[in-house]
Amino acid sequence: MLKIKGLKAGVEDNNILKGIDLQVNKGEIHAIMGPNGSGKSTLSSVIAGKEEYEVEGGSIEFDGTSIMDLSPEERAHLGIFLSFQYPVEIPGVSVSNFIKTSINETRKAKGLEPMPAGELLKLMREKMELLDIKKGFLSRSLNQGFSGGEKKRNEIFQLATLAPKLAILDETDSGLDIDALKIVANGINKLRTPENATIVITHYQRLLDYIVPDFVHVLYNGRIVKSGTKELAFELEAKGYDWIIKEVEEQCI
Amino acid sequence: MTEEDKILKEVTGAEYKYGFTTDIESDKIPKGLSEDVVRLISAKKNEPEWLLERRLKAFEVWKKMDEPDWANVSYKKPDYQDIIYYAAPKQKKKLESLDDLDPEMRKTFEKLGISLNEQKRLAGVAVDFVMDSVSVATSFKDKLLELGIIFCSISDAVIEYPDLVKKYLGSVVPTGDNFFSALNSAVFTDGSFCYIPKGVRCPMELSTYFRINEAGTGQFERTLLVADQGSYVSYLEGCTAPMRDENQLHAAVVELIALDDAEIKYSTVQNWYPGNEEGIGGVFNFVTKRGICHDRAKISWTQVETGSAVTWKYPSCILKGDDSVGEFYSVAVTNNLQQADTGTKMIHIGKNSKSTIISKGICAGKSEGSYRGLVKIMKSAENARNFSQCDSLLMGDKCGSHTFPYIEVKNKSAKVEHEATTSKIGEDQIFYCNQRGIGTEEAIALIVNGYCKDVLNQLPMEFAVEAQKLLAISLEGSVG
Repeated sequence: MLKIKGLKAGVEDNNILKGIDLQVNKGEIHAIMGPNGSGKSTLSSVIAGKEEYEVEGGSIEFDGTSIMDLSPEERAHLGIFLSFQYPVEIPGVSVSNFIKTSINETRKAKGLEPMPAGELLKLMREKMELLDIKKGFLSRSLNQGFSGGEKKRNEIFQLATLAPKLAILDETDSGLDIDALKIVANGINKLRTPENATIVITHYQRLLDYIVPDFVHVLYNGRIVKSGTKELAFELEAKGYDWIIKEVEEQCI
Repeated sequence: MTEEDKILKEVTGAEYKYGFTTDIESDKIPKGLSEDVVRLISAKKNEPEWLLERRLKAFEVWKKMDEPDWANVSYKKPDYQDIIYYAAPKQKKKLESLDDLDPEMRKTFEKLGISLNEQKRLAGVAVDFVMDSVSVATSFKDKLLELGIIFCSISDAVIEYPDLVKKYLGSVVPTGDNFFSALNSAVFTDGSFCYIPKGVRCPMELSTYFRINEAGTGQFERTLLVADQGSYVSYLEGCTAPMRDENQLHAAVVELIALDDAEIKYSTVQNWYPGNEEGIGGVFNFVTKRGICHDRAKISWTQVETGSAVTWKYPSCILKGDDSVGEFYSVAVTNNLQQADTGTKMIHIGKNSKSTIISKGICAGKSEGSYRGLVKIMKSAENARNFSQCDSLLMGDKCGSHTFPYIEVKNKSAKVEHEATTSKIGEDQIFYCNQRGIGTEEAIALIVNGYCKDVLNQLPMEFAVEAQKLLAISLEGSVG
């Protein structure tokens, strides 16, 4: 589904990603872990097409075609979804209005009619139940005055209603208490199908207790320095990142 | 959603879409302003002597006044001798019914999206249409009259209801109030008059549509709205003008009188031609709007200002009565080289009088937008309350937004609150929307409409939709 080869990207003269290779297939969950500043969030932004990042080399393919020249909204229309680490506030725009606009803009791009109101409402209700979201949430201004947990839950709620092919969860666990974490993780697990894929970006192993990855990659200094299965995450939890960093540096010498 | 889709479609479409002219023969007088011109206007309208006298007095007052320069706008002052003060579309004979309307005029209505017949009946709106200096047509006059509601052009009202006009005209905005109101009092040509009798709730929206058509003309309309005790009316005005590379002057005066327990809701969607991207042409919109509230009366001003090259406008409330309520909801958009200095005055005289001010400024391009507001609590206004919120939204870094709140309190029991914020549409907000499949233009429309929601919610339903579209179009291409 997603094929990244030799991806190099940065902001202005600052190289952040220094050659990333990553392949994600249908039905898989990948975890990308790494210390702060290793380039995790940059990777997710570059996949989503954020313009302030300059891509200096490599390629990103989605479903067999390059998405390098596509705008962020075009990538979204193809089914790439990014759950933001810091979701923005949009005052006066209700959660339901935002989701409605999002769904219908995506449908429009595919040449479809807007979703009938009744169907839309039913969809939202269904997903609210799935994520244990309270009534009244839909009419609140998007992320305005939301707690950290509510913001993240709102991201997953959008994920659930938009049902993308690829979901990238950028530090979704940060700011969540354990109960909220369970609800969010549970939601993500329920949304999993053999047809979609998920990339979980996280600093801690904690989230991976609830969302079990098929593959774990360690990102350090703009490169994936180690890949493995979920056991790698346990090892990181137990030993920290230092041993890998050391390993990498020894290789360099 | 269908409504919003339409909005989005229009965003990708046009620039100023009302920039056409109507090719119709016009009866106009030569340029310039003098006592003779004032007399000529009065004569053309077959006015009674008392009104001519008032006009002449106003002209004398105006001559001694200076054009105000305290507003935060800069423009080349109009040459008042280079303006045509009266231009009227020629009609062969007096209209028996709207079916007799000149075909060119009918086309104009259609282009402006105004339907004077069935459609509007369904929507429940009565329309008075003012082109250049005269009212061309008023719909539903008879139906309203059955309820005792008078809705007609002010010229007709002067002849048919002289007592009402004589009593209230100039009672809220006196002749010498300011430079532009004095000018208007001398040369006003037409506008709407409305009277709602005691205890009557006007069953439909009343609306006046103003259109400047002729080149070189100014529009000086006068609107007078009287809501008698315990009555209610919702009134809306819209305005457009052709694209011309000269500046045209629009100096209107609007007076509202809400007697005891009456309520007036006055909404404006102002879309005069704003000039082009280089700031050439556009309408100078110098308007005086004021209402007076008697006991327990309420006046609510809602304005969506997107057009005009320069706007100078402060719809105000004199809260004379005890327990009276004044409200001001405003969205003012400036783009390219537009300038707007707008706000309100709330003058609290009565006990327990309350006022609310919600002002949302949006500046894009190289435009300048200012909020200027006065909250004045007089000594007599025991327990007066005011809440003001003035927000500005900036797009890009070449525009400017300013807030000038004046507060004068002469009674210690008053409570006055003022909140102000300035924000920008962030790239992060746009990227967030993009990531959810929403393109940049649509994202801006979404964010701006969210920002203005508190004001747009005050507009009658169908006009709110109109206003949303207008906002999107006005800001087209302002980011990116």
